[in-house]
Amino acid sequence: MSSIPKEHDYIGLSEAPSMEKISDKLSSSSSTLSTEENINSKSSSTSLNLKETELRLGLPGSQSPERKLILPAAGVSLFGKDIDTNSTNGYPLGPLKNLVSGVKRGFSDAIVGSSGKWVFSGSNGSEKSCVAGPAKKDDVAQSPKPVLEKNSQVAAANENSSAPAAKAQVVGWPPIRSFRKNTMASSLVKNNEDVEGKSGYGCLYVKVSMDGAPYLRKVDLKTYNNYLDLSSALEKMFSCFTIGQCGSHGLRGQDGLTESRLKDILHGSEYVLTYEDKDGDWMLVGDVPWDMFTDSCRRLRIMKGSEAIGLAPRAMEKCKNRN
Amino acid sequence: MGPNPKMRKEFFDSTRSSPFPDEVLERVLSLLKSHKDLSPEIVARRFPRVKSVTLKGKPRFSDFNLVPENWGADVHPWLVVFAAKYPFLEELRLKRMAVSDESLEFLAINFPNFKVLSLLSCDGFSTDGLAAIATHCKNLTQLDIHENGIDDKSGSWLSCFPENFTSLEVLNFANLNTDVNFDALERLVSRCKSLKVLKASKSISLEHLQRLLVCAPQLIELGTGSLMPELTACQYAQLENAFNQLKNLSTLSGLWEASAPYLPVLYPACTNLTFLNLSYAFLQSHELESLLCQCPHLRRLWVLDTVGDKGLEAVGSNCPLLEELRVFPADPFDEEVIHGVTEAGFLAVSYGCRRLHYVLYFCRQMTNAAVATIVQNCPDFTHFRLCIMNPGQPDYVTNEPMDEAFGAVVRTCTKLQRLSVSGLLTDLTFEYIGQYAKNLETLSVAFAGSSDRGMQCMLEGCPKLRKLEIRDCPFGNAALLSGLEKYESMRSLWMSACNVTMNGCRLLAREMPRLNVEVMKDDGSDDSQADKVYVYRSVVGPRRDAPPCVLTLSGL
Repeated sequence: MSSIPKEHDYIGLSEAPSMEKISDKLSSSSSTLSTEENINSKSSSTSLNLKETELRLGLPGSQSPERKLILPAAGVSLFGKDIDTNSTNGYPLGPLKNLVSGVKRGFSDAIVGSSGKWVFSGSNGSEKSCVAGPAKKDDVAQSPKPVLEKNSQVAAANENSSAPAAKAQVVGWPPIRSFRKNTMASSLVKNNEDVEGKSGYGCLYVKVSMDGAPYLRKVDLKTYNNYLDLSSALEKMFSCFTIGQCGSHGLRGQDGLTESRLKDILHGSEYVLTYEDKDGDWMLVGDVPWDMFTDSCRRLRIMKGSEAIGLAPRAMEKCKNRN
Repeated sequence: MGPNPKMRKEFFDSTRSSPFPDEVLERVLSLLKSHKDLSPEIVARRFPRVKSVTLKGKPRFSDFNLVPENWGADVHPWLVVFAAKYPFLEELRLKRMAVSDESLEFLAINFPNFKVLSLLSCDGFSTDGLAAIATHCKNLTQLDIHENGIDDKSGSWLSCFPENFTSLEVLNFANLNTDVNFDALERLVSRCKSLKVLKASKSISLEHLQRLLVCAPQLIELGTGSLMPELTACQYAQLENAFNQLKNLSTLSGLWEASAPYLPVLYPACTNLTFLNLSYAFLQSHELESLLCQCPHLRRLWVLDTVGDKGLEAVGSNCPLLEELRVFPADPFDEEVIHGVTEAGFLAVSYGCRRLHYVLYFCRQMTNAAVATIVQNCPDFTHFRLCIMNPGQPDYVTNEPMDEAFGAVVRTCTKLQRLSVSGLLTDLTFEYIGQYAKNLETLSVAFAGSSDRGMQCMLEGCPKLRKLEIRDCPFGNAALLSGLEKYESMRSLWMSACNVTMNGCRLLAREMPRLNVEVMKDDGSDDSQADKVYVYRSVVGPRRDAPPCVLTLSGL
């Protein structure tokens, strides 16, 4: 196991001791984080490979200037490695506030006064931190372990035993009658088959992966109206992981990226939001009007900035052609 | 002998002298709520003439697969006694009973006046049983087959109604999937001039629907079939016209595979709608909104969470008379999907729908603050069923338990009769419930509480508590035994995956001889654990139809 995850303080870079305790618990106990079955990870990107998820704004090796917050992300990573203040990998943040101290801040906040509700609360050592979204997989101390489909043991409810992989369903929960469950299940399969990556009636599910995060999520693009909504949702979804900037650049000016802004973004951020379009090309999110994006997006990936550099030329091309 | 039915009997007692003529008395419903376990023989002795019976069998958690399949609640012994004692039985409504094809056939043949059959959440029968009903029940007025575990073999049962059969008023086969003979259905609908309720299944296409509506413009309740697109422009116009004729429609449901382009055909029929059931239609927010604009008198609305918070905002804006809202999850088991509704949607509804008193809400996130505001806006809740789908999830903004949310509910909603709690909850929630929920009758608890004290609070407070169902909570023997006297005034207690042991159950049974304490064990569990416990009053001792996996500890 690599180092115990510690939490980051954006500004001061000091570790919050309280979080350390939690981190200990997480890594030593049956943390669900480490037992997820649906880990979509390259071998290096497990929850404990922290370097990948280190929170930074700058690209490796760069010193990031004090910047106005149009970007990223405030996300505290439970998996994050401690930042060595002397590291040459430098620092970022400037105005980003410390999530740990309980201030909720997200990149969408910075953009337009959005609610920026972070699910991750820094509340000092609360064991319940980082519980929404993926949180369902965390061990919350007070609640007994749900009875699982197989091996339902009452005794088990009292142990702090590891919940088997997140995929296992709890019997009879949520409380929905079988008839409805079965009907929904077959309708959904149908919907998803029809609309796999395409626009169709009903929903438009696309997978969202984040480099370094242990599992995928899925979102229904039809539930969002614009890039702002999408980025808020992604922000919440991946708040437990470090998240660099996610597509916020798409929010400025509905007419898409300009070349100079694009450059700003790439130099300023660790993560960018990208998508695979129907031609199979990976594009930066935000470079086309929203409707065009939802039409062509097959899946999303929160990619490390360094890898996204390669996308820039194509995006630049498109910008130039458009402008 | 017999299942554990809760019987409601509407009966006419011929031994009472009365100034009213028989016909009037027969229609006066003397509702007798008898909540003790009874046997058919006892019932027949006490109530000499009965025309209408409602039987509810299994514990509610059987809907969620928590009760062994062969647990009991077989209707057959009841039918045998009824055939002897109430040969003129007219109505039978069954909920969570085990019903076989043989029983249905027995019913069809032995009760010449039989008129009304309603089966909800029952299992054990197939469409063959329906065929027997259709074939033999010459006076049938209602056939309501709703959300059952039915073996749907074929649609041929519908063709069994004789050609001279005309009395049908209610036909609900919405939950069957196999194709029926459409021509037979069309003829049936045409000749049953009193048909008021027609709920068709998915197998009925738009084109079929149009033909049916033409035959039955008098419908009050309609369940459409599938709204999959397959109409020509001309057919579309005809359909629109057919809906235009439905001036009396108060309930609309079905809308399987609802497709946006076809929703507008419904609009003309929506003016008088009071109940709109969209819980099987994958609608988006704007589609819902357009539909709601057509329904100024809506009182009850069931939707899927595909409509999102935006859709619920539309509800708040367009449904000032709304009294009941149910929001079901479209995809409850896919944890990867961030979808559905949040506290924002519920809030929006509460601002716009001040008369709301019944809510069933499935969501993935909630806050204490939102719930407090919601009940301030709508203090008249009688039924508050909130399901935060992730077990033990706290307030997602503050990370605190959801105690204050439910505290606000019970403090503010003094008329509350039914409550389902969820999210991360400590004993404090139950202190609040015990202290404030003076009218509470039904309480459902899952993945909640910190200690025995939680359950004790519920049992010591809540003077009107009738049904308590608990799963996956840290309540043990001390909690179970704190309610001894209370259980006699309650209908039933269910506890599963808690910390109750066999010894605790034996003690309970010994102390309270008038209770049946049933224990069901899970495969492979520890001998001393009582995995599932079901406690109810009984005057007849252990029921004899319990399978081996159900152990009844009784003091009698």
